[in-house]
Order: sequence, then structure tokens, then C-alpha cells
Amino acid sequence: MLPWLEVGFANPNGSHAAARTARRAVDEARDRIADTIGLTSGEVVFTSCGTESDNTAIAGTIAARGGVALCSAAEHHAVLDPVMHVNGVVAPVGTDGAVDANELGAQLRALREASHEVTLVSIMAVNNEVGTITDMAAIAAVVRREAPGAWLHTDAVQAACWLDLREITALVDMMSLSAHKFGGPKGVGVLTMRDGVRPDPLLRGGGQERGRRSGTTDVAGVVGTSVALAETDAERASMVEQIAALKNELVDGILSAVDGAIETVARDRTVPGVAHLCFPGVENEALLFLLDREGVCASAASACASGAMEPSHVLASMGIDRSVASGALRLSLGHTTTSDDVARAVKVVAASVARLRQRTGSI
Amino acid sequence: MRVLVGMSGGVDSSVAAALLRDEGHEVVGVTLRLWGGESDTGCCSVSDVDDARRVAQQLGIDHVVFNFSDDFAEHVVDPYIDAHRVGLTPNPCIECNRHLKFDRLMDRADQLGFDAVATGHHARIGHHDDGRPRLERGADRPKDQSYVLHMLDEATLHRVLLPVGDFTKDEVRALAQRLGLRTAAKPDSQDVCFIPTTQGRRGFLEDRVPFTPASVVDRNGSELGTVTAVELVTLGQRRGLGLPGGGPVRYVVDVERGPHTSTPKVVVGDADALLTNAERVGQVTWVHGPVTGRVLVQSSAHGEPVVGDITVDDEGIVEVTWHLRQSRVAPGQSMVLYDADDCFVIGGGLVLPRR
Repeated sequence: MLPWLEVGFANPNGSHAAARTARRAVDEARDRIADTIGLTSGEVVFTSCGTESDNTAIAGTIAARGGVALCSAAEHHAVLDPVMHVNGVVAPVGTDGAVDANELGAQLRALREASHEVTLVSIMAVNNEVGTITDMAAIAAVVRREAPGAWLHTDAVQAACWLDLREITALVDMMSLSAHKFGGPKGVGVLTMRDGVRPDPLLRGGGQERGRRSGTTDVAGVVGTSVALAETDAERASMVEQIAALKNELVDGILSAVDGAIETVARDRTVPGVAHLCFPGVENEALLFLLDREGVCASAASACASGAMEPSHVLASMGIDRSVASGALRLSLGHTTTSDDVARAVKVVAASVARLRQRTGSI
Repeated sequence: MRVLVGMSGGVDSSVAAALLRDEGHEVVGVTLRLWGGESDTGCCSVSDVDDARRVAQQLGIDHVVFNFSDDFAEHVVDPYIDAHRVGLTPNPCIECNRHLKFDRLMDRADQLGFDAVATGHHARIGHHDDGRPRLERGADRPKDQSYVLHMLDEATLHRVLLPVGDFTKDEVRALAQRLGLRTAAKPDSQDVCFIPTTQGRRGFLEDRVPFTPASVVDRNGSELGTVTAVELVTLGQRRGLGLPGGGPVRYVVDVERGPHTSTPKVVVGDADALLTNAERVGQVTWVHGPVTGRVLVQSSAHGEPVVGDITVDDEGIVEVTWHLRQSRVAPGQSMVLYDADDCFVIGGGLVLPRR
């Protein structure tokens, strides 16, 4: 992507030679993404982030079609908040954080029978906190049956590294991606729209992206995004295998080193890149501080505007008691993670939890 | 030492962090997220956190945010609301110091391996001749905040640092200016941090406490007017009672709201009617242990200390006998005891309602 920050800086929508060069880069990037995810180029819209993609899908659909939006209780705030904003409906999740397709079907049926027209269903492909994989095929089948007029959107931001996106785009009408989750730059998002699916744009203006998202395209950003996604796709199979093995080392290591540690969702239900654990009786704010001091970068839940940890709505939606949820820890694994990293993380987590437990109650 | 310095985003705590860093301590700044609700004042708004973080970045120290909003609601906001319900006049800043900054944060600091917690309060930690630490008034007497820190006992004082206590406020601002800190000219916070200025105490409480109308009467029982919320009436108050102007200044001298009266009565009278020889103080904390005899007593954050003699009964309740009669202090307010030379804190507690 670097050449497009240096020599190929022209606005791709201009009518001169430099613009055409930039335009070609954008077109090629779009083609590359379309090929990678099994769609046509016209179905790929560039945005500024995953959040914009989600907001466009939800607010844009309700603006274009009216009706009711529905999402799962464990969605990222980028979905949950726009759905709440349009007075939408929330579907409960099970203890694994995923929506049960049968229950969703019953809920959609009840809404239909109460004469509420659901026009948008948004169910995340992979949960960003606990890593749970949704059975999108089952969800899609039930949505098509019980709410045949609804557009089905999925936030696949956390899925890109671990799942074949072709299988997802074959099931849904819209899909959100965020480039930095698969090695691309921050500040680029993708929203796919199947032919005939046309939410109102959030941004109006110059009519870029076929009027679906006005604003000058970030040429370098979309080029980087397309290459990162193509490489991610090419390496996915081997990466999944490799990271799954490391995750086993990590989680098994922590479970055996820390008494009472809980693996929040079983490994066969989650992606390899997310290891989520709970340490009852430990405050994750304190735990994160100690981990950070030892060079282990982890997270617990989403942070609010001030940077403070907020209690996780995802864990709450899964019915996990707040006292357990306050000891939640999410460790991420990626293509740079090594077995040594994992061994060190196990050691540091075990020592930090032990320290906090020793100090709690002694005061 | 490893020092965790509480940074509110104000100038005092900014300079406190700078001073500790310059003394060679390993300093980490922490801003507490205390209030989950809306707020535009005090020390938990997002812009204050931004200020604290930017100052920490300028100083080259780490900065973290701890979310203590559950504890804050439990120990500060809920008791504040409950106190109004039963006719007390609480001081939430003192309860925040007691339960959050020097209890919850202290425990957290201990867990994380810090040797001390520092804040930007204007007070000093000095020592008795025998080496025991004591809480002394700040160098800037008009800005002294030892009153709101009176609950710090000896064991806690060992682990507390108050670096700006040796400086005047002007000196603190000059230091901040010299360091180029963005908080150098930031105004002092004044109000209760969890009450939006647009809403005020009434607005905040009216969603949370059922307001009871009361009649305003003089000491002979003649009705002079009414107030809509007896819960908002404070002993000694003279404004907002709906009384016609022009007459003599009248103060609230009593609030009768026992179970026997159907409509509570707010009794008003002249300043003399507020005078008393003694006050009783409960929930007393002592820096070293109970003391009796001659002391100076301060009854508000920046009030003048007054000479009194104290005794302690079997239940730990302190009786203060004034040398010269004093206006009564609203129940629920903190009364802080200083040595007779007005140098250091002996203890303090909450003024009890009259028996």
C-alpha cells in the first residue's frame, strides 16, 4: 500500500492520468476482495471502519425500508447501539454467547404474528469477546423461513481470520469487515451488499461507491486491505491449525496452573484466535495491570470513553454472574504468536492471579 | 518507591505526579471512573480523564483508569441519597475519600505492589516527635484540605503522600505553567462531581427521593410559608424558604419531621436561636486513638476552627462543649478535631441529630 501514499496520491475520482492510476488500484483492490469472499465487485463497498459498516447496514436499512431491526444480545456495540437507536429488538443468546436458531425462529414468528415487520436481522458470525462461532447456515435458514422479507446482516469483523468468508457471504445479504482485524490498516472497513440490497447511505455527497458511501476513497488503505485479506485467505487453513494448537497450550496451561479458572466457552465452539477465561474472585482491572507490567497485553471487556473497563454486556447476556464476569480475561492469538509467547503468558497469568488472590482478603 | 498517584485531571494532582516523578519515584497515574451516570463537573468526566492522560503523557509516566463506579454508588451516592431522605446533610467528598480514594484505591495499590498512594490534596504529612505520622494543615492555609482527609489513620498515613501540601495554590499553578501542563490554568472543581450543574441538587434528588412538602413556621408555631421538599432543607439555611423579603434574616433552626407530625415543620428563627453550647459527633475516626480535652473544631471545609472541649462516651460518641456558644451544625456534616495549636488532625466524625 505504500506506493499509494507516495507517488499514487491522486484522487481516484478525478479525470486525469494520475487519477486513473489511482482508480485502477481501487478497482483492483475491490476485485481482489470480491474474489476472496465470493462476491462480485459491485457488491463490495468500502467504508472507514467496521462500525461504519454496521451502522450503514442497520440505520440504512431502517431508513430505506422502515420496519423492525433485530440483533443478538451479544453483538458488538457497533451493532447493538444502532439497533437500540432505531428501537429494535434483541434476541437472547445461550450460555455460549450464540443465538439459538430455533429460538430466533420462534421470536421472528412471534413478531410476525404481532404484525411487526422485521426488515433487518443482524447476527455476528464470531463473537468479539468470547470467540463463539455462530451457526450462520442455521440462522440464515430460519430467517429466510420466518422473516423472508428481512435483510440478513452479519458482523464478520472477528471471523475474517478464521472462517471462509465465501461460506458466509453465500448466506447473508450484508457483511461487515474491518481491515485491521486481518492485518490491514486501521481506518478501512468493508460492507458487502448483495444485488438488490440497498440500505440508505449514512454519508451523502460525491456519490462514490455507487452512491452507497460518499467520500474520497482511501486508495492506500483499500489496497492494503485487499492484499491483507487475500493473504489471510490463502494462509487460513494452516493458520487455523497452527493457532488452534497454540490456543490449546495456552488454555490448558492456564487451566492447570490456576485453580478455579473457567474456560468461558468450549474450544470446539470458538475461533482459535480468542482465548477467554474467567477467574472468579479476581478483578480483571487489577489483573490487566499486572499482566501489562510483565509485557502481556490482554483485554477484558470493552472500555468506555474514559478508558475504564465496563462490565461486559456479552458475559451478562450469557447469564454469567457479575462476580465471575469481573474476573474475565481475553487473550488473543495471531499469526505472530509463538509457543514461547504462550508459555510466558501462562506463567505470568498464573503468577498474577496468585498474587491478587493472596492480597485479596488479607487487607 | 512505587507510587500510584490519583490524577483527577486537575492542576493539583498533575503537579503532584510531576513532583513525585522528579523526586525519582516510579510513578503511575490513575484516574478513577466513579460515576456511571451523567456528569459535567468534578473528577469523572471524560474530558477530565483526557486531561489526566495528557498530563501523564507529558510527564512520561503510565496512566490507567480504574472503574470503581459500583463502589462509588454503594458508598457515596446511595448514602448521599439516603441521608437526604432522613434529614441529614451529607458531605459526599468526605465519603469518597474514606471509601474510595483511601480504601478501595489503597487496597488496589497494595495488590499491585505499590508502596504508596499519592493525591493532590492540600495537606501535609508531618511527624510527631516520636516519629508517628500525622496529618497537618497544608502550607496554603485558605486552600487547606486536611478537613476532607481527617479519616486517614496512622496506618494509612504511612502509605500516603501529599506532595503539593508544601506549596501554595499559586505556586502549584506556577509549577504547572513551567512544566507546560495543560491543566495549569484549569479552574478548581467546586461542585459535587456526580450532580450535573444543569440539574442541581434538587434535580438530582427529585428522581431518587420522594419529596415531602413542609410548612415553614416561626418559633411560636405561626405558619409563614411552605417548602416543597423538606428533604432539601438544611439546618442554618436562610435562602429558598419562600419567605417574603424585607423582614429580619431568618434561619432554619429546627426541622420537625417525626412520625407524629403529618406535615413536617421547618422552624425558622433569628441567628441567636441557632446557638448551642455543645454538639455530639458519631462515627468518629481517630488518627492515633481517642483524645479528650481542649481541641480546635472545624465544622465545614473551609470554616474557622473553634475552641472546644471534648469527651468520649462508652459508645465512642464525642461530645464537644464550646467555650463560646456556636451556631448549630447541620446533622450529617463532618466535624474535624485539630490540636490546640491548629496544626494537625486528631480525628473527626459526623454531627448527630439532637436527641
